[in-house]
Amino acid sequence: MTFDIAVMQLFSGISFFTILVLMSLGLAIVFGLMGVINMAHGELMALGAYITYMTAWVFERFAPGLMAIYIFFAIAFAFLITSLFGYLLERGFIRFLYNRPLDTLLATWGLSLILQQTFRSLFGAQEVSVPMTSWLTGDWEPVSGIQIPLNRLFIIGLTVLISISVYVLLFHTRWGLRIRAVTQNRVMSGAAGIDTGRVDAFTFALGSGLAGIAGSVFTMIGSTNPTTGQLYIVDAFIVVVFGGVQSLLGTFISGFAIAQAQSTLEFFLSGSMAKVLILVGLIVALYFRPNGLFSSKIRQ
Amino acid sequence: MRSLLKSKEAIGFAIVCLLLLVVFPASLDIFRLNTVGKYLSFALVALGIVLVWGYGGILSLGQGIFFGIGGYVMAMFLKLEASKPELPDFMVWSSTEALPWWWEPFHSFVVTVAAIIVLPTAFAFLFALVIFKKRVGGVYFAIITLALGLTLVVLLIGQQGYTGGANGITDFKTLLGWDTRTDGAKRVMYFACSAFVILGVVLCTLVIKSRLGKILIAIRDREDRVRFSGYDTAMFKAFVFAVGALFAALGGAFFTLQVGLITPQTVGAVSSIEMVIYAAVGGRTSVVGAVFGALLVGFGKTYFSENFATMWLYLIGGLFIFVVLVLPNGLAGLADRIRLKREA
Repeated sequence: MTFDIAVMQLFSGISFFTILVLMSLGLAIVFGLMGVINMAHGELMALGAYITYMTAWVFERFAPGLMAIYIFFAIAFAFLITSLFGYLLERGFIRFLYNRPLDTLLATWGLSLILQQTFRSLFGAQEVSVPMTSWLTGDWEPVSGIQIPLNRLFIIGLTVLISISVYVLLFHTRWGLRIRAVTQNRVMSGAAGIDTGRVDAFTFALGSGLAGIAGSVFTMIGSTNPTTGQLYIVDAFIVVVFGGVQSLLGTFISGFAIAQAQSTLEFFLSGSMAKVLILVGLIVALYFRPNGLFSSKIRQ
Repeated sequence: MRSLLKSKEAIGFAIVCLLLLVVFPASLDIFRLNTVGKYLSFALVALGIVLVWGYGGILSLGQGIFFGIGGYVMAMFLKLEASKPELPDFMVWSSTEALPWWWEPFHSFVVTVAAIIVLPTAFAFLFALVIFKKRVGGVYFAIITLALGLTLVVLLIGQQGYTGGANGITDFKTLLGWDTRTDGAKRVMYFACSAFVILGVVLCTLVIKSRLGKILIAIRDREDRVRFSGYDTAMFKAFVFAVGALFAALGGAFFTLQVGLITPQTVGAVSSIEMVIYAAVGGRTSVVGAVFGALLVGFGKTYFSENFATMWLYLIGGLFIFVVLVLPNGLAGLADRIRLKREA
């Protein structure tokens, strides 16, 4: 294998890694920290993607001069609207199901079907895609022979930014402190004067908003259709479970491992066989470490 | 049998027998009857889910895997018979030169039936035992089964030359020389499937009323206490999971026979989760309810996809939410509530 190929291969692995991280970060908060199994998480991503599509549509017609930077507005809108939607969802029905994880799974699956049909009625069953921002098309060629797509580079940068923001929010703000307190000991947090219901709603909204951002970013690398969310959800769950449900760091490392393994295997095997090997490998890995790679060492 | 007659589900059981053996065959034309037969193959899966989920407390989102094994094994036999002595058509299309070795045994009907029974059961038992020994349970088990189902779908679609790819296996002609495409044959297959469903209801009820059923309920409600009492809970859970897999595989075999095709979609996550909703609608702890749930959701699906296609996903989605929030014990729970009110 020549140097060029190795570098490109590494880059495509890293690019896939950032996509997995974007996909699973929201889920790591909703499922990992709160323990809520939201099967509609993929549809929240699709919602973010459709919001981006609408933003692009509006900008194209009413502010063509700003088309170069519409993606930033789109990401912001996607975050705000999906997190508002997540907030309403949590208050509306998820909070009634906190003690019944398996039932939550079924109910949110039902929700995902409803959302899919809503997307289909509103936007049609066909794929929609957004116009590519001009300064994000093309490749960056640091050395001749190595081509790095600019949009992937943008996604990597954005993922780093979002990851740092989430880290700061969770570990260096009062809200983060409250979130961590409630996930560790709900009753004691309540006794200490934290409004646990509000914290739940806020946390869920944050996780949903991150899904919205992920969906918005994914419009840059692919088109969106009503069932797009279904493609992401299983992968996202696998990343979170493999990493160890209560560990955000675990999510990153497992995302990295899965992405590098997949892009390396895809180089040697067909895409579908690579996927099969990865899934089988994950099941075996979960057998040896049932609580994921990074689990807190406590007796259950 | 006596325990079944005494149980509160006796009336429901009588209604199921009456519907399947008298009312449907007498009132529906052969096309509709065949469709009901399709729902009944899902009812078999739902019976297994009642045992596994309702009594064992194990939510599996991978019943489609076993449904698929049963269905594909049956399809392999039928396809070989239909295309004898040449290669199955889809293999020719994907320029597979010779019949793969693992297709060879399915020339024999005995091997096929044995495979439908043994393969999924053995696989489910070993897989579940390994996982449950590690005390992985609940949500994690659900997600692992989901991943496993996804793996199988990717494999089935990817290996087009051996499995028919995304189109699955179809275009069957005969079963042991008996033409399966005639109206008479469809009627016979309907009754065979009904017989299996009724037998399945009896069998599940017997299991639940037995000591095994009591231990299962205990494991579902408080697994660690049962373990401390000296029971090997992983063994019990793996056993019930294998029984559920057997029901699913039988359902898959009947599905292939009656519908005349099997595709990777029936294996995937969407179909696996739909199977759970059959049991949930009927009431996850009600054996008879599983049959009613499968019939009701099946009728609903057919009716709405024929008349208001866009409404169907809203409806089934709403049904999931409604059942979980309002009727956690499904139709059977509703029936109980009405009965209690009348007695009071």
